[in-house]
Amino acid sequence: MTEPSITAELVRKHNLTPEEFDQIKRILGRDPSYTELGVFSVMWSEHCSYKNTRPLLKTFPTKSRNILVGAGEENAGIIDIGDGLAVAFKIESHNHPSAVEPFQGAATGVGGIIRDIFTMGARPVCAVNSLRFGPITEEASDGGNPKSEIANNRRLLAGVVGGIAHYGNCFGIPTVAGEVYFDVCYEGNPLVNAFCLGVLRHDQIARGKASGIGNPVFYVGPATGRDGLAGAAFASQDLTDESAEQQRGAVQVGDPFMEKLVCEACLELLATGAVAGMQDMGAAGLTCSTCETAARADTGIEIELSKVPQRAPDMTPYEIMLSESQERMLVIVHKGREEEVKRIFEKWDLPWSEIGTVTDSGRMVVRNHGQVVVDVPAKQLADDAPVYHREAREPEYLKSVRAFSLDEVADLTDPCDTLRKLIAWPSIASKNWVYRQYDHMVRNGTVVCPGSDAAVIRIKHDSIPATPGRLDAGWDGGNTCKEQVPNSAEPVAVGKEKLIAITVDCNATYVYLDPYEGSKIAVAEAARNLACSGAAPLGTTDNLNFGNPHNPEIFYQIRESVRGLAEACRVFKAPVTGGNVSLYNQNPNGAIDPTPTIAMVGLIERKEHITTQWFKDEGDAIILLGHAVDESDPLLGLGGSACLKVVHSRKTGTPPSCDLEKQKELHEALLSLIYTGDIKSAHDCSEGGLAVALAESCISHQIARGAFDLTGAFVDLSSAPDVRLDALLFGEAQGRIMVSVSALNAVKVVERAKILGVAAFNVGIVGGTALKIKTKRGEWSWDLPELHRLWWNAIGDAMRQ
Amino acid sequence: MKFSILQFPASNCDQDAVHVLRNVLGQSARLVWHKESILGDPDAVIVPGGFSYGDYLRTGAIARFSPVIQAVKAFAEAGGLVLGICNGFQILCEAGLLPGALIRNRSLQFRCEHVFLKTLTGDSPFTNRIPDEKVIRIPVAHGEGCYFADAQTIEKLEENRQILWRYCTRDGQVAETASPNGSIGNIAGICNERRNVAGLMPHPERASETLLGSDDGRLIFESIVQWLEREAPAVAA
Repeated sequence: MTEPSITAELVRKHNLTPEEFDQIKRILGRDPSYTELGVFSVMWSEHCSYKNTRPLLKTFPTKSRNILVGAGEENAGIIDIGDGLAVAFKIESHNHPSAVEPFQGAATGVGGIIRDIFTMGARPVCAVNSLRFGPITEEASDGGNPKSEIANNRRLLAGVVGGIAHYGNCFGIPTVAGEVYFDVCYEGNPLVNAFCLGVLRHDQIARGKASGIGNPVFYVGPATGRDGLAGAAFASQDLTDESAEQQRGAVQVGDPFMEKLVCEACLELLATGAVAGMQDMGAAGLTCSTCETAARADTGIEIELSKVPQRAPDMTPYEIMLSESQERMLVIVHKGREEEVKRIFEKWDLPWSEIGTVTDSGRMVVRNHGQVVVDVPAKQLADDAPVYHREAREPEYLKSVRAFSLDEVADLTDPCDTLRKLIAWPSIASKNWVYRQYDHMVRNGTVVCPGSDAAVIRIKHDSIPATPGRLDAGWDGGNTCKEQVPNSAEPVAVGKEKLIAITVDCNATYVYLDPYEGSKIAVAEAARNLACSGAAPLGTTDNLNFGNPHNPEIFYQIRESVRGLAEACRVFKAPVTGGNVSLYNQNPNGAIDPTPTIAMVGLIERKEHITTQWFKDEGDAIILLGHAVDESDPLLGLGGSACLKVVHSRKTGTPPSCDLEKQKELHEALLSLIYTGDIKSAHDCSEGGLAVALAESCISHQIARGAFDLTGAFVDLSSAPDVRLDALLFGEAQGRIMVSVSALNAVKVVERAKILGVAAFNVGIVGGTALKIKTKRGEWSWDLPELHRLWWNAIGDAMRQ
Repeated sequence: MKFSILQFPASNCDQDAVHVLRNVLGQSARLVWHKESILGDPDAVIVPGGFSYGDYLRTGAIARFSPVIQAVKAFAEAGGLVLGICNGFQILCEAGLLPGALIRNRSLQFRCEHVFLKTLTGDSPFTNRIPDEKVIRIPVAHGEGCYFADAQTIEKLEENRQILWRYCTRDGQVAETASPNGSIGNIAGICNERRNVAGLMPHPERASETLLGSDDGRLIFESIVQWLEREAPAVAA
């Protein structure tokens, strides 16, 4: 078998610059082999090395006394949640694969992030996702795009949701929350960001380290095929028709059943104490897992490719090293304990092979039938990717954004139709068509299902992986008759179960219109959603989705966005525990709006604090925390608003500003009111402003299939500042929360909020069969069943067309 | 009482069933691995939800051949109580322990949501604690939950009062729109002629604690426990 010779053309095809190639030659002291070239190209891709963003990522706050494993150390960050327990969580993108093959692209995105979590020794207990597509309805197309595109956007949405459902449901992880946005900027470039959270005890944290010289290295999982060849490199370039066609074969195929087996086997392996280190083969497959584990442990690693199980005949070393076949793990075992490990592989009927050993050479050596095909210093390959400080230039379009004034758009005369339109706009409408396809209750932990501000799960005792020495069998050990299955056997009183809230947020329109302020808003909204559910933030994981960083205008978006995110995460004490960068999200029609998706995890102290967004009882008082209108904003909250987009087809205007300290005060005040038991419902005001938040509080309580509790409200905004009607009802000023309290407590709550430094207004009363809003300019009423129908069916109706 | 809960490699509601039986209802519970051919002398067997062996071919199609299912068949033949939940229901149908089949939802989509159920008879080990006329609220989560059988079988099920639950509206009406999957006659769960083996698509173990929004599902487990306490000694004697 002859390998291609290394030419400048071949180097270019691997997306390596001549300078990078020179650096490789300096590291090796010679020309790389073909396989080595491939190995360097994937490890030095943006996806694996963050070479364009590393200097920016270093500005994130990454420390707090709760953080047990910090950003960049391992496959996922880990945060202490008290009582010896911790959560591991992370978000990751699978954008390019989903654009090419939505079902498998999204499915394997879920699989990849689940592996990142159990690799840490944690049992995955819930999944969340953030999705973005081009418009799926004609009226929502921002500037009239052709029907064929709408049909394609629907195809992508159906495929992605189907793929996530297929993988998550079969694996048995509840998909408990998410967000879905539609905008023409995602046409042809959908975003699929998948999040997973797992639970473990502090002493169970597993490391991705190839430690212990002489320890054997095991490969476990299905055989390696040609699927997903160099997927990491594919994800690190612009998406064109040509690249998509070429790369269709680069999309991996997921097998959730296999993932379940691998996960259970790995958790069981860790419980034996026989494992020295473990890492999944995700992006860049065998290459990444071998060199990173060696680099982390300051050791070397040597593997023999002929021992790697192979699915296709005649695979080359290059193909084996770069394959991204799914559900594979690399396990480093303490020497002498191989038999224990093999027994567990056999129990779960998993293919496995001992493929190498840990060495003290500091080198990653790969042999094929004894012949050395790769011999590189592991640490330099894993950690010494070039770092680029890209040029940033303020984008031209921001000039016209800033020049926009409200004189350009007429105020509303009748808001009735506007609210109906907004509530049926797919980005605001109910996402039940999506989340009803996900098993969001498996594992018996979902306390607040999708459809409120944040999902809430409880951590029940069987979610915590077993520890060594606790492998018991028999009645009430929860185990089988003969097999030794690890299980945490001690029942935990239900009242002591930890409660975790999770939300994922990003209004990318704001970020496009003002990357710094918009990114602060994304974090603030996530923190606000947690507060509305009764939780205080623990930490953040971010997924930075942007266009091509070589374009200085795009790099400006990245730089400013990271500045905003870092500042906001600091203020909300929600340090970044890790995340993912996805660049090159652009096609010949342009780049996506900058989309720094924020997933935030919070802790709820007591179950009495769990709060949902819908109104509860007739006669309750409705209180607005925060000012109805920000009069210091020349656009009165309409810049970048859903109202401008939907009513006027304009995506422009400076978005509302975000005073982080004030927001933090608001969240703390709300939590303080929740702790005293006064708050019956809390809902954050975001897209569509006060009117949409009120409508959602009236109509979003689902009891069961076809059964909804619709609760009316009368709201009087006539003491609010006399501004334009569209600004009052649909303006999106930041820092507003709509709560309801028992009428008896209304005065007390308003007073306490003021003492806590937060503006509070008793604006209405819960009850009746309609939503009625009174302003200085008139009074309007909306029929709830009609609003509900529009909101609930919008996406389903579009998808049935 | 002692419950054996089967564990296939891709069972994913097995721990949930153990949790509810042990921690909520205070019963004894253990898992039984699919490669086992003994059940460990239980009073009742639960075949839990999940995807058994991945279910890529057809739900439950491979599970019916597993060693543990042969043991369950013998247990059922001896009169032991067996409850199949979701994938467990699918497996029991495939294994011939219950009549009919569960096919793809009419929507062709997976459905996860709470549904209302009407209990048709209290005369079974699985329903004796459910008050007449009580509409119970329990979640479903399945892609292949559309119950199907030929007209003769359905007729026989009705005649023998083997249909235990139908999907209904909040006020107890058996309306087509109340069904998440398009089952014939809104059938959500049935039992065999001898009334010792039952299956249902909804997940009672996910509705056994008020924290999770409903504890109506407990009634089904409590029915089993009560029946065992009253009837089992008599059977044994």
